[in-house]
Amino acid sequence: MAGTIAIKNGYVYDPLNEINGEMMDIFIKNGKVVTELSGADMKDVKEIDAKGKTVMPGGVDSHSHVAGAKVNVGRMMRPEDHYKFYQKRTPITHSGCGYTVPSVYLGGYEYSKMGYTTVFEAAVPPMEARHTHEEMRSTPMLDMGGYLVLGNNWFLMRYFKEGDIDKAAAYISWMMRTHKTYGIKCVNPAGVENWGWGENVSALDQANIHFEVTPEDIIKSLTEINEKLGIPMPVHLHANNLGHPGCWEITRDSLKIPKNVKAKPNTDVEWAETKKNAKRHESVYLTHCQFNAFGGTSWRDFESGVKGITDYVNSTDHVVMDSGCVPFGDATVMTGDGPAIHDLYVLTGHKWSNTDVECECGSGVLPFEYLKSNPVHSVQWAMGLEVLLYVKDAWKSIMTTDSPNGGPFIKYPQIIAWLMSNKARQDTFDECHKWAQDRSDLGAETREMDLFEIATITRANPARTIGMSYRKGTLGIGADGDVAIYDIDPKKLEVSDYESIIRSFENAAYTIKAGEVVSQMGEIVAIPEKNTFYSDIAVDADDEKRMLEDVKKWFKYYTLGFNNYPTPEKYLANPTPIQVNAEK
Amino acid sequence: MADVILKPTGNFDLTVEAEVVTPDNFAGKTTEEIGKLLVWQGPKEYPLTDFFSVQGNGGNSAEDTTIIVDGDIPRVKRIGQEMTAGRVLIKGSAGMHMGSGMKGGEIIIEGDADSWAGMEMKGGSIHIKGNTKDHLGCAYRGSWKGMSGGRITVDGDAVSQVGGGLTGGEIVIGGSVKHFCGIRINGGLIVVKGNAVRTVGAEMTGGTIVIGGCIERFTPGFEMTGVESDLKFNDIECPGEYKKFTGDYAIPQKGKGTLYVSCENNECL
Repeated sequence: MAGTIAIKNGYVYDPLNEINGEMMDIFIKNGKVVTELSGADMKDVKEIDAKGKTVMPGGVDSHSHVAGAKVNVGRMMRPEDHYKFYQKRTPITHSGCGYTVPSVYLGGYEYSKMGYTTVFEAAVPPMEARHTHEEMRSTPMLDMGGYLVLGNNWFLMRYFKEGDIDKAAAYISWMMRTHKTYGIKCVNPAGVENWGWGENVSALDQANIHFEVTPEDIIKSLTEINEKLGIPMPVHLHANNLGHPGCWEITRDSLKIPKNVKAKPNTDVEWAETKKNAKRHESVYLTHCQFNAFGGTSWRDFESGVKGITDYVNSTDHVVMDSGCVPFGDATVMTGDGPAIHDLYVLTGHKWSNTDVECECGSGVLPFEYLKSNPVHSVQWAMGLEVLLYVKDAWKSIMTTDSPNGGPFIKYPQIIAWLMSNKARQDTFDECHKWAQDRSDLGAETREMDLFEIATITRANPARTIGMSYRKGTLGIGADGDVAIYDIDPKKLEVSDYESIIRSFENAAYTIKAGEVVSQMGEIVAIPEKNTFYSDIAVDADDEKRMLEDVKKWFKYYTLGFNNYPTPEKYLANPTPIQVNAEK
Repeated sequence: MADVILKPTGNFDLTVEAEVVTPDNFAGKTTEEIGKLLVWQGPKEYPLTDFFSVQGNGGNSAEDTTIIVDGDIPRVKRIGQEMTAGRVLIKGSAGMHMGSGMKGGEIIIEGDADSWAGMEMKGGSIHIKGNTKDHLGCAYRGSWKGMSGGRITVDGDAVSQVGGGLTGGEIVIGGSVKHFCGIRINGGLIVVKGNAVRTVGAEMTGGTIVIGGCIERFTPGFEMTGVESDLKFNDIECPGEYKKFTGDYAIPQKGKGTLYVSCENNECL
């Protein structure tokens, strides 16, 4: 029977159900987790003996860059990223290549081998939505969705300036539907627009050119509208001044702006059974905290500013964040923050690319190599881990590398090892520049995460944060039958042997998607169906009509026609709209 | 020392990718075993004997093994790729990627070599007695880290991108070069006895380039710091008077590279 499977006697970690390593059985029928299988079902069901193994919900990456225009620019500008890292085709898989910017096929396979089943593309420029969906459709193994870049959108900035929140809300709901995207991404608010004039913004109250809106206006308005519309996830915020020494302060102050915005996700979905409240209560989701947490005033006195942010996050309940860890080695920096990329070009002299996405946003790409011998890179390595270790409540943090910005996602197992093993961290301290010790407090941190916390920051919390925990990131009854089984016996786990932790997380013993084994010990064994999620938000028809008049009038300045702007559903693999109920 | 002699006999209409032809792979193998090694031609793999007659056994180690190619093989690529020791002697002209990524040992090519010889090589030596084409000792396309060690000697001319992204090692060209010689280097030494056309040392941030002939169009972004005569870099001698420049100041990294240009052949500079 397709999508039906019994996983016996594994040590289960399901943080949303507060299951912490209990030995139990998981049953999946027709792709969904069920309480038990009937005798008739059990007769010819596939049974997996998970004795002595770790069982977790399938991995969920809420922030990765795997599809779309800028990823493709990265592929095109980096032939050197491809020729040494490739895989041959097999009877069921495509060939593929690329280390930091893999081809869509290879990206899907590599995620699946690590036990991941759901990945969200964290920056979809509206005009590039079609391209992004084409690549997501071709990415095998994963359920996907994308966040729409709206932090420097001309229509929105105009509405914010005029104070017309209803029209702005109508615009966002229409854009989500038009581009089949899931949530709001806000990159360097007001700054990317200024970059069109060779400028940036450096303070939250600095109004930008022409539109005269401040980063504060944009963050405040977007977070308010996000809740007014009932969008499943909080606004994904990439704060201003990213990558500049001392930027941690503006990041903390940005997080304070939506403090009083009450989270009101409102979706018509059936929720899997969970003990813990699976709905988010945060109004802002900070991206790649590490890149936003630089301390000091220049590269000379550069230091970690993580504590300033994590202290604030520990003291409040409206912020969740992902880490943006730096695992050393090759990376490709790609972001909607064009000026940040230019700064990196000036710093490194590497090849780079910048794009102005007309009236909507911008972006940039640059190859990067994080070196253990480099003082700043070494501190960045420490900072990424500080972010995750200093946040006391694992439900406020998510493990990412902002792939491929801090490093490619295939390095996640290495990060897990550093989080679980103080010895792993101390051994790396011995290899890297002494600034890692001197300019961060990581050396003194002795916390070692357990498998429950790892499951929280790699599946349960990413899913909960973005409102996908109704079916992802948990093994509760009714959830998707997405399971990762790792060859780790929690009873015998020695965290000082971190190499074995890395090996176990690199190749899941089994990755199961919708009740079907899709990958086994690093080998792809089946290509499953995949879903693409987007938010379908209904707003007041009058507001939408008034707003559309504005959009159509202005569309003569776009390089494509209004009718060609939307992404039709045929560009999506199994389009799965999520009905979102806006406030009336 | 054991010699393995390969005599080209096959049809090379499609180029052959022969990265298995290295002393490391031949060591410890008999004539028959060597003949069975697979090379790619187009989408298929064939035994080496489809293209070469093989004589002799490999030595006990790579170091003890010499591979002699008795003839021209301009359409065979990648001989000596990643080799760590031993010798390869090609008694004719060779195809692309000779000794690319090689770490040690010696390659001698008595005729010409095609492009990409010594790409990203780390050690050992390559001696090309004829001419060669583009990307000698250069970084792979898109990469900014070229050859990092060893020595390449070319008795004739090379064309463009000589030593692109060089970080270490030496390249000595007896003849002339064309464009982008020493682009983006940050270490190592490039000596060109003959002329260069343009963009010598563009974006260099370290390393040394010596041009004994005339640079047709000099790279902007360099500053002259003095005149030196009879340069000597260990065993590499460059007699005559040279104008010394530093650069490339046209890029944000403010280069610390050194460019010597013959006084005699560049009076206008």
